[in-house]
Amino acid sequence: MTVYLDHAATTPILAEAAAAMTAQLGNVGNANSLHASGRAARRVVEESRETVARALGCRPGEVVFTSGGTESDNLALKGLFWARRAADPQRTRVLATKIEHHAVLDPLEWLEAEEDARVDLIAVDALGRIDLAAFEAAVEAAPQDVALVSVMWANNEVGTIQPIARIVEIAHRYGIPVHTDAVQAIGQVPVDFAASGVDAMTVTGHKIGGPYGVGALLVRREVQLTALLHGGGQERDVRSGTIDAPAIAGFAAACELAVKEQPALASRLTALRDRMVAGILAVAPSSAYNGDPVSDVEHRLPGNAHLTFPGCEGDSLLMLLDARGIECSTGSACNAGVPQPSHVLLAMGCGDEQARGSLRFSLGHTSTDADIDALLEAIGPVVIRARAAGQTSRGAERA
Amino acid sequence: MRVLAAMSGGVDSAVAAARAVEAGHDVTGIHLALSRNPKSYRTGARGCCTIEDSNDARRAADVIGIPFYVWDMSDRFHEDVVEDFLAEYAGGRTPNPCLRCNEKIKFAAVLDRGLALGYDAVVTGHYAQLRTGDDGLIEMHRAIDPGKDQSYVLGVLTQHQLAHSLFPLGDTAKPQIRTEAERRGLQVADKPDSHDICFIADGDTGGWLDEKLGAAAPNRGGAILDEAGEVLGDHEGTYRFTIGQRKGLRIGTPAADGKPRFVLDIEPVSGTVTVGPRESLAVTGLDCIRPLWCGTPPTGPLECTVQLRAHGDEHRAVVVPAADRSDGAAGFSVTLLDSASGIAPGQACVVYDGTRVVGSGTIASTRR
Repeated sequence: MTVYLDHAATTPILAEAAAAMTAQLGNVGNANSLHASGRAARRVVEESRETVARALGCRPGEVVFTSGGTESDNLALKGLFWARRAADPQRTRVLATKIEHHAVLDPLEWLEAEEDARVDLIAVDALGRIDLAAFEAAVEAAPQDVALVSVMWANNEVGTIQPIARIVEIAHRYGIPVHTDAVQAIGQVPVDFAASGVDAMTVTGHKIGGPYGVGALLVRREVQLTALLHGGGQERDVRSGTIDAPAIAGFAAACELAVKEQPALASRLTALRDRMVAGILAVAPSSAYNGDPVSDVEHRLPGNAHLTFPGCEGDSLLMLLDARGIECSTGSACNAGVPQPSHVLLAMGCGDEQARGSLRFSLGHTSTDADIDALLEAIGPVVIRARAAGQTSRGAERA
Repeated sequence: MRVLAAMSGGVDSAVAAARAVEAGHDVTGIHLALSRNPKSYRTGARGCCTIEDSNDARRAADVIGIPFYVWDMSDRFHEDVVEDFLAEYAGGRTPNPCLRCNEKIKFAAVLDRGLALGYDAVVTGHYAQLRTGDDGLIEMHRAIDPGKDQSYVLGVLTQHQLAHSLFPLGDTAKPQIRTEAERRGLQVADKPDSHDICFIADGDTGGWLDEKLGAAAPNRGGAILDEAGEVLGDHEGTYRFTIGQRKGLRIGTPAADGKPRFVLDIEPVSGTVTVGPRESLAVTGLDCIRPLWCGTPPTGPLECTVQLRAHGDEHRAVVVPAADRSDGAAGFSVTLLDSASGIAPGQACVVYDGTRVVGSGTIASTRR
């Protein structure tokens, strides 16, 4: 039996999403063709757009379908940067946090190297939450220079929810657009695009029980974006490519269900997660719970638990759990499979060794009490063995 | 047994892992990340640690059907292999980093971590054979395929390491391994063998040493002398020379007899490089330090053969252990019954009894 505790990486597809997607797979029809088959495909896409809009609190015209989170982030960051700079050449500054996903950090690094952007990554506190005073100061230092702000809704590694409303309030004082990557938040905590005030939001299918390779960027109607993918202009003229109607149908079905089930799922996962964390801390007393310890959806993703096991290599823990059929993550960025210490933990003030000795367990819609039981049974011996192996690759155990 | 298969991304280690599975072991594949900066200098390397190699290893593990992980051994590798390599060259010696990696990384850091994690052995694609001797100790023998035999680079392994190692390829010739890889559906079947030093991306050892040792080397620049002490020219660093080297001396004046000249001696402190005719390269004896014995250490003179470089010839020899050398270091001295030529301090002297590896030492000095 596999105990799957890596829902933040990807979560199993919902039966409703698979059904909605497969129902379309056999149909021919390019949504941009004018004949009956094309119109049928277009209808599926537009109904899906309306479903997504309803679920996430935006207007249908504000949904730009993409290939997923990475593309949506790239489109938001580069598209906003170019459009805002084109309107006023002094807008070359981008503000984000040190704990963004690589799908945000790497495009920003690229903009810095290739487009002379000045990227200011704002620090976070020990719980992984943005330093609002520092953010406000960075904005106010020269608000006219800021092209955009990008702050994730919830961190993918440690689950900390960011104060998006405050970010928006500060940025909007100066008319600066705000993008948020909300791929981890949808279905876990309440998210409403219009109510949040953000100007652009990244969402993706496979994190919410939909198919892979499909997602959306929600963009306020009045916000200008420069296109990234040029071609037929299928999606609001900012995203080209033949529209994947079956994937979009699956994504919409997942979106609708995930948002509807969110309150029930959140309370169920919070209980499971809190029991899991208490259990781990009891069997491995030297371990430490990272991120925000407050359990509610205002503070932390209900499915997220992130712990450090001092003296252990995260790799060793992962490997030993994997051998027992328990799947989790070191929660760190992977570079050709070479583990690097997590930039998120480093930004939260952890040392290199602490960052390397950590694991992320993430729960989702298929998680059960039996999963937690299996983990709690395995984790004690696994930690003892991993500690014996030590952080050998660091040379810590050298004779 | 639960075994760790060290998978470089090449054909040999892939087949070794597959054979270990077939032998009934519970096998986990690991690829060692040995570079500190995988994004930059690793990508062009032709050795065994490029991103492409890592992907090849992962794909081979998928085909074989075993779990696969990448282990970051870059800090250990840098400390134990790269820094040692630089120090040896700076000291006028010619190190063999593959032996060092086997001694300190593959069969030490990796093995230790594996044992601690509950594994029993490390399996690699090295060409060598292990047998249990009459005394119950594990013996290491040369591989069947003399062209591929790698017992020389494994001559640093102790009994403890050998007892936790598996070399499933030693009884097979290389062409058969390629055929077998193809039969097993391994995409790496026709991947070329690696020859270069894995951490020197473009294969230019001299240029790499220039960059790393550079102006900081105490012996940068000096004179090239003949055996009589006559100055023939100058050079830009003793680390660019290896004993027995003929090419790249860049001496303006030819030898009086018109014969080619070879590097005879490297003196890193004064920065002097001595050159001379081929005859002067002949060596009749050696002194070795850092002895490592595969089994019971010899107590008296041992008639044996020695190999003095990778893929080098075997020389008949008498090895005399010298536990109390004047400088206090353990070691052994070697009298060569067949003289050898162009022997470089820093290389390993691996001692054989027939096909069996007795042990090894690092060549400290040679006698002419």
